[in-house]
Amino acid sequence: MHYVLLYKETAAEVGKRADPAEADAYWGGWNAYMGAMAQAGVMVGGNGLQPPETGTTLSIVDGVRHVHDGPFADSKEALGGYVVLDVADLDAALEWAARAPCVSAGSVEIRPVLPPPPQS
Amino acid sequence: MTQAQARSVAEQAARLSYGRLVAMLAARSGDIAAAEDALSAAFAAALEHWPVRGIPDRPEAWLLTAARRTLGQKRARAVTARAAEPVLTLLGEERNMPHDGIFGDDRLKLLFVCAHPAIDESVQAPLMLQTVLGLDAARIAGSFLMSPAAMGQRLVRAKTKIRDAGIAFVVPDAEQIGARTGTVLAAIYAAYGTGWEDVMGADARRKGLAQEAIWLGRLMVQLLPDDPEAMGLLALMLHCEARRVARRDTEGGFVPLYRQDPAQWSRPMVREAETWLRTAATFAKPGRFQTEAAIQSLHAQSLMTGEALHAPLNRLYDLLVAVAPSLGAQVARAVALADSGAPDRALLLLDQCARQAESYQPWWVARSHALRLSGRRVEAAQAVDIAIGLTEDKAIRRFLAEQTAMDRNIG
Repeated sequence: MHYVLLYKETAAEVGKRADPAEADAYWGGWNAYMGAMAQAGVMVGGNGLQPPETGTTLSIVDGVRHVHDGPFADSKEALGGYVVLDVADLDAALEWAARAPCVSAGSVEIRPVLPPPPQS
Repeated sequence: MTQAQARSVAEQAARLSYGRLVAMLAARSGDIAAAEDALSAAFAAALEHWPVRGIPDRPEAWLLTAARRTLGQKRARAVTARAAEPVLTLLGEERNMPHDGIFGDDRLKLLFVCAHPAIDESVQAPLMLQTVLGLDAARIAGSFLMSPAAMGQRLVRAKTKIRDAGIAFVVPDAEQIGARTGTVLAAIYAAYGTGWEDVMGADARRKGLAQEAIWLGRLMVQLLPDDPEAMGLLALMLHCEARRVARRDTEGGFVPLYRQDPAQWSRPMVREAETWLRTAATFAKPGRFQTEAAIQSLHAQSLMTGEALHAPLNRLYDLLVAVAPSLGAQVARAVALADSGAPDRALLLLDQCARQAESYQPWWVARSHALRLSGRRVEAAQAVDIAIGLTEDKAIRRFLAEQTAMDRNIG
């Protein structure tokens, strides 16, 4: 089964990316984690994302484009990246989620991928 | 054979094997709702066929085959291209089914699925009652203070989540089984009701499905014969259940434990509880439910012999708070301490958890009890008034009202 793991990070956690004192440990942790998933052959794909302030949000209301700087709403945690895993069941996906560096400084949301629609 | 006979055989098969059949059907597909639907279609078919053709030698196997066929057809209709595969698998499994009528038991897997941490805690116990025992949502709803429609919806949502999120029908590995079993046992205990027994005059928050919960408790002991906590839970429920009759007087009034007549308790249940507790102790792996059962065992012993057992009771409550620091356990420990002649220390303990306990009825009952024992009757009466305001059960409300009247007369 395919699952998407959505990695949510607190602002403090995102801040480590550019903090000289923390950056090595931060990136080292993520590289090792991604490497372990690739090594285990469970990773279908995935990406890290640039920080939330680089995001742009668009909606169209009554035909008018509303472009908004930043993510849609301010929340304590922002999406920092995602992977798609191919594993047997939810427990296996949870095992990988539990190893994510952000799991104790943020959270990981696990969502099963919608199966393709039945062909008629 | 008459329709009535067929119905009675089908109903008996349903009672005995409902959970086993649902578990077997769902374990392969992960789809509990589809398994339940297929099984009820099989029961309907049985009522139609059995009166005409006679009852099959192995009713359970007949029902399983009929349900599997329904599931297979449903899948075949849903997907044309890959249809042959599951149907062929099912037919293969049917051929390989042992002919002595004994087949595997997937109920343990089903119970672990129901109590998976990804399933909302409040729906775990209802889900077990429905899938393993076949209780309908309306019956379950009444015991969990919820409308039948809301309960039905939550059960449907939980089954959809199990199917779509891919929660596996497996028994957890050695590393996890302890914690996961604890969740299953806690859900069964939630179905039984809460710890009203510990505090005199504490309200049962829900009536509970006592018989059904005990049935599930027996099933756990049977499925996990080496788990002392499963035995502890069964012993605990049996001790509480043994006192059911003694808990109400002839006018329906509430009788607290310390005023109950042990002669009214069910002796066979007390004996069985004691046997399970002793067997559990041989594993030398204490835990929450064994401790709670041991506490109830000491309460029973103390009332039957008239001997005060304050010191061992206090030790067990200390242990309970250490292994399972729930608000209920902390309140019960304070009551035991007050009874053993230390009401002031009990009040200190109660003050420590005051902030979480504002609307927790047993906390106010315990506080009034400790205040009364330390001679502060006016404050005790005030605490009882708040407890009365938080009480749902009419008989307990009356019992508490009599107490506060006494406090006011003396104070």
